[in-house]
Amino acid sequence: MKIVMIGNSAAAVGCIEGIRSVDEFSPITVIASEPYHTYSRPLISYLLCGHTDRERMKYRGNDFYEKNKCSCLFGKTVTAIDPEKKEVSLSDGSSVPYDKLLVATGSSPFVPPMAGLENVKNKFTFLSLDDALALEKALRKTSKVLIVGAGLIGLKCAEGIYGRCKSITVVDLADRVMPSVLDTDSSDIVKKHLEEKGIEFILSDSVASFADGEATLKSGKTVPFDIVVVAVGVRPNTKLIADCGGEVRRGIVVDETGKTSLPDVYAAGDCAESHDITTDTDKILALLPNAYMQGETAGVNMAGGDKRFDKAIPMNAIGFFGLHIITAGSYDGEETVLTDGRNYKKLIVKDGLLKGFILVGDVQKAGIYTSMIREQMPLSSLDFDAMKEEPSMMAMNESYRKLKLSGIK
Amino acid sequence: MGINYIYPEFEVIRDTTRCIACRVCERQCANEVHRYDEDLGMMTADDSKCVDCHRCVSLCPTRALHIEKSRHTFRENANWTGDKITEIYRQASTGGVLLSSMGNPQNIPVYWDKMLINASQVTNPPIDPLREPMETKTTLGAKPRTIQRDQDGKIIDNRSPRLTLNTPIMFSAMSYGSISYNAHASLARAARELGIYYNTGEGGLHKDFYEYGPNTIVQVASGRFGVHKEYLETAAAIEIKMGQGAKPGIGGHLPGAKIVGDVSATRMIPEGSDAISPAPHHDIYSIEDLRQLVFSLKEATEYKKPIIVKIAAVHNIAAIASGIARSGADMIAIDGFRGGTGAAPTRIRDNVGIPIELALASVDTRLREEGIRGDVSLLAAGSIRCASDVVKAIALGADACYIGTGALIALGCHVCRTCHTGKCNWGIATQRPDLVKRLNPDIGSQRLVNLVRAWDHEIKEMMGGMGINSIEALRGNRLMLRGIGLTQKELDILGIMHAGE
Amino acid sequence: MKKVYVNEEWCLGCHLCEYNCAFANSGLSDMAKLKGKTITPNIRVEEGDKICFAVNCRHCDDPICVKSCIAGALSKSPDGVVEINKDKCVGCFTCVLVCPFGCVRPDEQGVISKCELCTKNAVGEPNCVKGCPNHAIVYEER
Repeated sequence: MKIVMIGNSAAAVGCIEGIRSVDEFSPITVIASEPYHTYSRPLISYLLCGHTDRERMKYRGNDFYEKNKCSCLFGKTVTAIDPEKKEVSLSDGSSVPYDKLLVATGSSPFVPPMAGLENVKNKFTFLSLDDALALEKALRKTSKVLIVGAGLIGLKCAEGIYGRCKSITVVDLADRVMPSVLDTDSSDIVKKHLEEKGIEFILSDSVASFADGEATLKSGKTVPFDIVVVAVGVRPNTKLIADCGGEVRRGIVVDETGKTSLPDVYAAGDCAESHDITTDTDKILALLPNAYMQGETAGVNMAGGDKRFDKAIPMNAIGFFGLHIITAGSYDGEETVLTDGRNYKKLIVKDGLLKGFILVGDVQKAGIYTSMIREQMPLSSLDFDAMKEEPSMMAMNESYRKLKLSGIK
Repeated sequence: MGINYIYPEFEVIRDTTRCIACRVCERQCANEVHRYDEDLGMMTADDSKCVDCHRCVSLCPTRALHIEKSRHTFRENANWTGDKITEIYRQASTGGVLLSSMGNPQNIPVYWDKMLINASQVTNPPIDPLREPMETKTTLGAKPRTIQRDQDGKIIDNRSPRLTLNTPIMFSAMSYGSISYNAHASLARAARELGIYYNTGEGGLHKDFYEYGPNTIVQVASGRFGVHKEYLETAAAIEIKMGQGAKPGIGGHLPGAKIVGDVSATRMIPEGSDAISPAPHHDIYSIEDLRQLVFSLKEATEYKKPIIVKIAAVHNIAAIASGIARSGADMIAIDGFRGGTGAAPTRIRDNVGIPIELALASVDTRLREEGIRGDVSLLAAGSIRCASDVVKAIALGADACYIGTGALIALGCHVCRTCHTGKCNWGIATQRPDLVKRLNPDIGSQRLVNLVRAWDHEIKEMMGGMGINSIEALRGNRLMLRGIGLTQKELDILGIMHAGE
Repeated sequence: MKKVYVNEEWCLGCHLCEYNCAFANSGLSDMAKLKGKTITPNIRVEEGDKICFAVNCRHCDDPICVKSCIAGALSKSPDGVVEINKDKCVGCFTCVLVCPFGCVRPDEQGVISKCELCTKNAVGEPNCVKGCPNHAIVYEER
């Protein structure tokens, strides 16, 4: 059986490891536009601030492909999939046949039309290693950096370049930082923390136009800059599947096994949708853990095994200058908030289940909350009052605790 | 009471260069000696609460702790010792009877240490126990006086009910209530693994331990706590407790505070009520009365169980034992005045009774003289501390020994002698759940098994040296013992010659 | 595989496991050298009204922390030990986000520290188990 994957990031690696857990021998071909050994995309900001380097940011060891018997076609881009002939065409005119195909094409930065942006010389996005390397090359100690977008990517970029430039200004249309994962109060804590570091925020505003060395905002304010990073969001790379007739909504539609609507074609990662169990809706969960697990599930099933990816939830762990933020689930429900101004905790309960949480500062043992969401544990089965104060195994019900800690069934 | 006259007995010595303030001492001390002082940023200790039980010393991961006897001295003399002075201060302050635990600590001769064991040289060869078979198996109970045969000449089994021990050692009576559930679990499990017996004491038998019945001796004492048909039937033997070496002539008193939960259910008395064991059995005022109880118990158990009568070693012990041997009892347990206790009035413990060595020897002698030695087995108790004590006891005439304090020490007891406070840091003499769980019976039973197996090896070594390959051949074999530093009177009572003779 | 299991019936809440863990992973020659240091052990005791027990990494058969690690710093060894490569860890705490037992924690350097069953230190076998005074923590096949 010939297995081909398009993409070489977390979902592809998950898929390879999933395949090899079932099938040791089938040949795997990995095709990727980027000419690099698999690396972790979220680590590009850590690369800039020196917490990692090119070698250490490799997502798997140097012997990964060899150990997993993969042949690599890096620096080559797939232009089309032919589900009838079961082959993919490459930009160099060649084609590669497959018995099973994984589409793990990820996502691309979305750059909205902004007046004058085309004339800005130093403009960057911040998603890939090349993006980071290009930004680093342009960066000077004297640079005034304007980041458009106060989401995870924009703020991680800010942290990454902090100390390597003169100033950082972040502009966002939303009224708070990280609006997709934080509420107002927690967002304020994070913003204040970043402001203390000297990062400037201009919120509820957006760039109206770029001119030479200066951006004019909708409010009329002007921001001097010599580097612009556009980090307003990403779009899934679904074109290959859409072009050959596969079902695509916001992302590529897959079932719990990772299968698309096309025969023997699977998809995983940021290009595909998954089923968010906290809201019972299908959506793109562009998160590395989900990409890996979705890819692994697809891999197992491609190789003839049986695995379901049925516990997907939105979740994020992120930190800025030592302030940690962990969030998960959805925020629709009854809220409990505990805060001392520096640390913030919000738990969201609905239908007798923990549906989501926001933790800022003290994030210890957050995974206990996450598992309550993922496993949909009825709150009546545990000591939720104690759990609110501090996530603990003590607050779990006795049989679960004994099973997990003592192996007693 | 303005002035506290009593200076702490011990000093907690902490090596501050090694103490890492992990606070295990604080967490593990039920007496609340240790405390972390936030202001000082270090551990501190209240010496006055220390009982020198070594829980903290044993658990301190950096060996930063040790306990010293206080250097404080009264202006004492040979008559007015510090202990006597302190006792007066204590009674003057409380008006109460002084209470103590464990065995008599007074400096009264330990005769075990004044007897020496023989070994073979030239004229009869010693036996190497690692090469030759060596028998320490012991059967307890009345021996038939005659061999009876049926018409075909086959031997009729006319033996009395009996106990068979793989090693001539049993665990003494220690009641559930005085010691913990886990201590009992440890003793029961070890007895089963060793092929010996443990003794419930007078507090009844917890239902969880009925499964150990074939290795259990149940006690019937003056309070009759926890005695019922099933209790008697479950046991391998029944012991009537007439007295206890640590407190001859007085009863027992387990405070109502300790009669909680399972202790109350097992003793069959209401929670919170004091468990009073009367000094006498109110139905026994003579050997004839005792005989009635012996036969009542035999009747109740269809003559299938041997009956033990346990008495404290006191002045007329030989005559008393003679009477008991005639009461129908199968065994007599004699408890010397060094025997342990969970609580006893200090004056009684320290002044009443006689040493087991002398009592045992005189009882064995008397029963032989009267030709009734074979009617009963003799069990020696009251501070058997090591394998050589066992060998000496058997040579003096004991059939087997009871060990109580020794067994508790194996479980972790540090003989701090504060059992009566109920705050045993080793989880033995306590009913506080947080303390009880400090004794894991998996560990406890294994340590008891190790101890008895080690002693069994040593007993065999000593027997081999004497050229004896069966414990039966050692029993009452007083020629194997010689006294050292003893008066002629003592030698006469012990029935042994002096070293060199 | 052999794992560290905790029997809450026998846990005394003495916290020695935490110190034995910290010492084993400290590389110090004498535990007394932990003096004055704040320890960040990989095993932690949870105390309740009546019970207490130590919690450390379960070395899950299907470890979600390994799958979620964005740096590829967590992995499962052929022996089943979930290992951390501190050199690769960037301290994003995604493992903290997903560990169902709260068993991965930041160390003093801000990267992740977790139980590796003492396979990487000089002790060689779980020191929490070795030092547990009541055999409440055991290392065995179950």
